[in-house]
Amino acid sequence: MSENTRSATPMSRQIAEHHSLLDRTLALPRPILVMLSVLLVGFAMSQIAIGYLVISGQLDGKWYDIRDLGNAMISLDGVIQNSEMDSRIASTLAYLIPTLAGATGIVSIVGGWLLIGPWVERRLIAKFQIRQGPNRTGPFGLLQTLADALKLMQKEIIIPSGADRFLYFVPPVAVFIPAILGWAPIPWSPKMSYADLDVGVLFVIAISSLGVLAVFMAGWASNNHYSLLGAMRTIAMMISYEIPISVSLLAVVLLTGSTKLSEIVLWQSEHGVWLVMLIPFAALAFLFASTAEINRTPNDIGEAESEIVAGFYTEYSGMKAGLFMGVELANAILVGALMSTFFLGGYTMFGLETWIPGYLILATKIGLVYFLFVWIRATLPRFRLDQLMGFAWKFLIPVSIALMFLTAIESSILVRWDVPNFLSLGLIGLVNITSAAGLTFVWLRVLFRDTDLSTPPAPILTREMGGLQAAKVLRG
Amino acid sequence: MDSPGIVIGFYMMAGLALGSGTLVFLARNLLHALAFLVISFLSMAGLFLTLSADFIAMAQILIYAGSISVLMVFAVMLTPLASRDNGNTIYVLPGLLAAGGIATFVGFLALDTSWSGPATDFTTTIDLIGNLLLGKYVLAFEIASVLLLFALIGAIMLVQTSSSDQEEGEADD
Repeated sequence: MSENTRSATPMSRQIAEHHSLLDRTLALPRPILVMLSVLLVGFAMSQIAIGYLVISGQLDGKWYDIRDLGNAMISLDGVIQNSEMDSRIASTLAYLIPTLAGATGIVSIVGGWLLIGPWVERRLIAKFQIRQGPNRTGPFGLLQTLADALKLMQKEIIIPSGADRFLYFVPPVAVFIPAILGWAPIPWSPKMSYADLDVGVLFVIAISSLGVLAVFMAGWASNNHYSLLGAMRTIAMMISYEIPISVSLLAVVLLTGSTKLSEIVLWQSEHGVWLVMLIPFAALAFLFASTAEINRTPNDIGEAESEIVAGFYTEYSGMKAGLFMGVELANAILVGALMSTFFLGGYTMFGLETWIPGYLILATKIGLVYFLFVWIRATLPRFRLDQLMGFAWKFLIPVSIALMFLTAIESSILVRWDVPNFLSLGLIGLVNITSAAGLTFVWLRVLFRDTDLSTPPAPILTREMGGLQAAKVLRG
Repeated sequence: MDSPGIVIGFYMMAGLALGSGTLVFLARNLLHALAFLVISFLSMAGLFLTLSADFIAMAQILIYAGSISVLMVFAVMLTPLASRDNGNTIYVLPGLLAAGGIATFVGFLALDTSWSGPATDFTTTIDLIGNLLLGKYVLAFEIASVLLLFALIGAIMLVQTSSSDQEEGEADD
């Protein structure tokens, strides 16, 4: 370390003494290193063997083909149908087993994420803010969430006097219904989807509109003006941002010609393109509107801590408040899954899905979109309520609708025009990007034609109070 | 109605719809009645699903459970506190009469229809509905959309304060 590098604070000393993972691995004792390298070689050889099996096609459709867990269910179905059981029992079993298996899978995704999600989020935000995050409870602080949950469960549940007792207990559970139901139509692999509905896109929109009611019930039943105010703000925001979501999903449906989520993914994989490249504005509108829909920063108006305590769940205590906080995380990965399915190619990755299980690809994409959410949360400040509503009604909705009409024209040309895909799709992408940028520029000019943006006016309060001069006078 | 799953689903949804529908008018608190109404809407959507009407089921959730109920919530919120109970009023008699009339009508219709059509596999209805809406019934569809557009513009006109009004208001202050 050179002379002029100062390690004055414990923090910078810690950073200076921090070794990378590679350094720490190489510093391990010799026998462990040998064992690790043997394991590595074994792993590589098993991968080569699996690769041979995949290329030779011996694996396709067998029940142990874990690239698609649907294979196991289909062969189990075949076993049940061929067995000498009563047909009623057989059909019941054939109905019951996949249903329960899929439901268990979805609930364990959501439940497992609720156990580790808060730790992931806190650690990530800590990295963004150059601090450590929870690292005391268990290895790397992994048990922090468990400790938090135990603490929350021990807390006394305080029910405000005058609360509507019936409606007070429903919302913490009811908010989880959309967060769990929304997973149903998402395809994880070609045969691996809980309910591949023909009306999948409509199902997604319908389910997301149910969350409003739980929020309202929570705000109303608390018998507190702040709760009701928070609920009203949230409802206004959620209703407003449902429209950009619907319009951007309409653009997706127009291009792919299907409301089935698996067919939307197949369209993207057949054309070798992600929809985010073709309709970037719709993807951005979906992403931004989803952050409003699920109450995440920069749009967490509903529970803006610095303005209205905790929004609609001010009066909830203990694990009930914990459930409201947890549903935000569950919704975040659900939106990640929807975003990846609609705009990022779902479980496909330009042919990689024949090698790697599709669900792992989708999980990686969910993780990346979730990381984007955390990134946004760590860097952007919160919008004011009127700014947020103005952004939806004055900017997102008009521009989205105009671009949706453009997409409709393009998609009708696409099905009639017989040219190679890369030409037509490239042209569509180019036209959409330029028109989105141009339209944004022109529309913002129209909206802010009376505003001189070069010299922003001082905030009213500062102007009226006299700003820094007044502060000096007050201090004497 | 072969698979036991459909049978179980039908009885669950029908029971839920009837039970919550009964509770809608038994509940004394108007907001409780609203919550039960939402449950009854959702179970009606489930009933539509057992009848292979997937688009109608989704529209039921989207429009009734998601939007109409929020509209009702706002309507209840904006009424004075005194009228927020769900008690008996003089409207109970015409209400009962109308409900009985509709039930009789639907009952006769159900008894008169022959239900012995062959059970077919589930096919999606969304293509069919889309083709009919933009083909045979395009005029009705367009009239409905123009009506909705008028309603939207009318709502904006109602709540908008013109710029001259605003200036007068500021002058008064």
